[in-house]
Amino acid sequence: MSADTKTKNDNSHSENGETRRDFMQLLASAFGVVGGALAAWPLINSLNPAKDTLALATVEVDISGIPKGEAKTIMWQGKPVFVRHRTEEEIKMAEAVEVQSLTDKQSDQERVQRPEWLVTVGVCTHLGCVPVGQKMTDTRGDYGGWFCPCHGSHYDTSGRIRKGPAPKNLAVPPYEFINDTTIRIG
Amino acid sequence: MGHAPREGFDNPIIEWVDSRLPIFTMMQKEYGVFPTPRNFNWFWNFGAIAMFMLITMIVTGIVLAMHYTADTKLAFDSVERITRDVNGGWLLRNLHMNGASFFFIAVYIHMFRGIYYGSYKGPRELLWILGVVIFLLMMATAFIGYVLPWGQMSLWGATVITNLFSAIPFVGEQYIMPLLLGGFSIDNATLTRFFALHYLLPFVIFAVVFLHIWALHVTGSNNPLGIEPKGPQDTLPFHPYYTMKDFFGMIIFMILYAWFVFYAPDALGHPDNYIPANPLVTPPHIVPEWYFLPFYAILRAITFNFNLFMLAGLGLLAVFMVEFIWRYKPKYLSGAQGILLLVAGSGLAVFGLLADFNQTWAIPMTASTDVPISAKFGGVLAMFGSIGLLVVLPWLDSHPIRSARFRPLFRIAVLVFTLSVFILGYAGSQPSDKVYLSTCLGDAQACEAIEHGNADHIEAGHEPTVLALDNTMVAQAFTALYFSFFLIILPLLSRFEKGRELPTSIHEAVLAKKQKAGA
Repeated sequence: MSADTKTKNDNSHSENGETRRDFMQLLASAFGVVGGALAAWPLINSLNPAKDTLALATVEVDISGIPKGEAKTIMWQGKPVFVRHRTEEEIKMAEAVEVQSLTDKQSDQERVQRPEWLVTVGVCTHLGCVPVGQKMTDTRGDYGGWFCPCHGSHYDTSGRIRKGPAPKNLAVPPYEFINDTTIRIG
Repeated sequence: MGHAPREGFDNPIIEWVDSRLPIFTMMQKEYGVFPTPRNFNWFWNFGAIAMFMLITMIVTGIVLAMHYTADTKLAFDSVERITRDVNGGWLLRNLHMNGASFFFIAVYIHMFRGIYYGSYKGPRELLWILGVVIFLLMMATAFIGYVLPWGQMSLWGATVITNLFSAIPFVGEQYIMPLLLGGFSIDNATLTRFFALHYLLPFVIFAVVFLHIWALHVTGSNNPLGIEPKGPQDTLPFHPYYTMKDFFGMIIFMILYAWFVFYAPDALGHPDNYIPANPLVTPPHIVPEWYFLPFYAILRAITFNFNLFMLAGLGLLAVFMVEFIWRYKPKYLSGAQGILLLVAGSGLAVFGLLADFNQTWAIPMTASTDVPISAKFGGVLAMFGSIGLLVVLPWLDSHPIRSARFRPLFRIAVLVFTLSVFILGYAGSQPSDKVYLSTCLGDAQACEAIEHGNADHIEAGHEPTVLALDNTMVAQAFTALYFSFFLIILPLLSRFEKGRELPTSIHEAVLAKKQKAGA
């Protein structure tokens, strides 16, 4: 807007019928929206996980008592975590799979730190049920790993999705071996 | 409201109040003399019944909240204490938990009425949309309320439903889920916020119901003939005619409600919810409450990914529907282009679907990692879409005749649609791999082995083909029917259905019927 049109249009209609007041109204509304959003943020943010919830983010597990072929369930972040002591045969089965044939392409090596120990979050990636297969006597599905009873997802001995509606493999949580019989999850 | 000249009241106290705040004048105008079509049938009772149920839920809920403890360690026991120890607590709880079901029964009948008699059509579109908003709020409130007793179904139902949000691309798992749950799983933070929302939302519903009724009193009610009243000979004052009729219907409804409350309080619930919530054990078969079952079936019916071929095909078909059916006269395209669009669209969609089922073909952009909408997200979109379609219903059905009485084809379509909702409800209640029918083709011996569960003993090369109709297929077929009712059948009928001749006025139709009955 040039200087002379500005003086001419002061408080009056411009050629297309817009006034300074229209502009001020827009500015004020925009300011109100931004201000409202800023004021709402602390309220919404308070609903995010609190510090004490976040503080429960690590857990140490003694794995010495888990016999081969069995698994232990640990609570981590309110979710079950499976620590499975795999047999030689289960390791072989998991390693023999053609990675390209999988829904969620991951090799067994990518999913374990030590082949005999498989650590996964025990939550089906479909809709969050807990798959069964922790005991050797459980139904372990068509691939010998876990079977989710809710909507029929089958996981293999590496916790990878092989059949059913789940889109992804069982998640591997961050963990490390503190020594041969203890791991820290989180 | 309140700007019309007042007539005044004889009672000095009422007059004193009314001259300062004309609330009595308003009540008289809106509920006393309010002109209402004289030909309502019993379907028109369910609005008032739904209102009665809302008030029942709020009143019993407020008292229950005084005894309930929103803490994962105490919630289950506090609900048991209400049932066993609180004076009359069993009654309040049974009224509240069965009240949810009966509120939905009333609202579903009310919605059926609205669809069958075309109550959503102009000028009542906004009235209808406000109704859909109420329905959505009710669903949210009921879902949250079912979590509060903190039994196994509470926890796992909530886990399954909140996990739906993790399907939202990019932000779902990382940001929306923790914000929704207040942690990494359904836990105390979730329970306390759900309790707060369960207390809040009914009052939001109440406010939207107020708007819904306000909009109703601007346009006036629809009626079974679907024609507008033309004068006083077509209407009756709301009081005493419809206050009495509503009251009578309410009593009948309450008898049924009371029967469940007193004699079968747990018939509509799930026994697993009397097991305290355990985050380490999933119940073998998670089912939502009955009023969510059709939508749950739609959610589970989407077992395939939507790849780019399918989306492109559906997009072309949508353009065809808008241009040639919805718009009546094509604006941009010629007839030949329309046929091309139809063929290309259906071809692409079917090709994409086949490519998804036959991953061995390895067609580019169809691998599950390359699809824009995964099966899980597709299910969520379909479920919310099935309710979203109700919002745009007034524009999908643009036929000038409202009532199904004068639209024979629409009438059949609505009844088939209603039946398909019931079948979807049944499908939602059954495990997805349940087999209804199966035939075995091929080697007779091998077929016998399968029948006896000895499939392992079949020799290689002799495997028979088993054709089975399972629950997922049933859900898929009726989900397709549900969506085609809105997106294909209604636009087609709007354009091609001729309809019967409408009566000239309500009172003539009523008198003709009376004469016929007398003769």
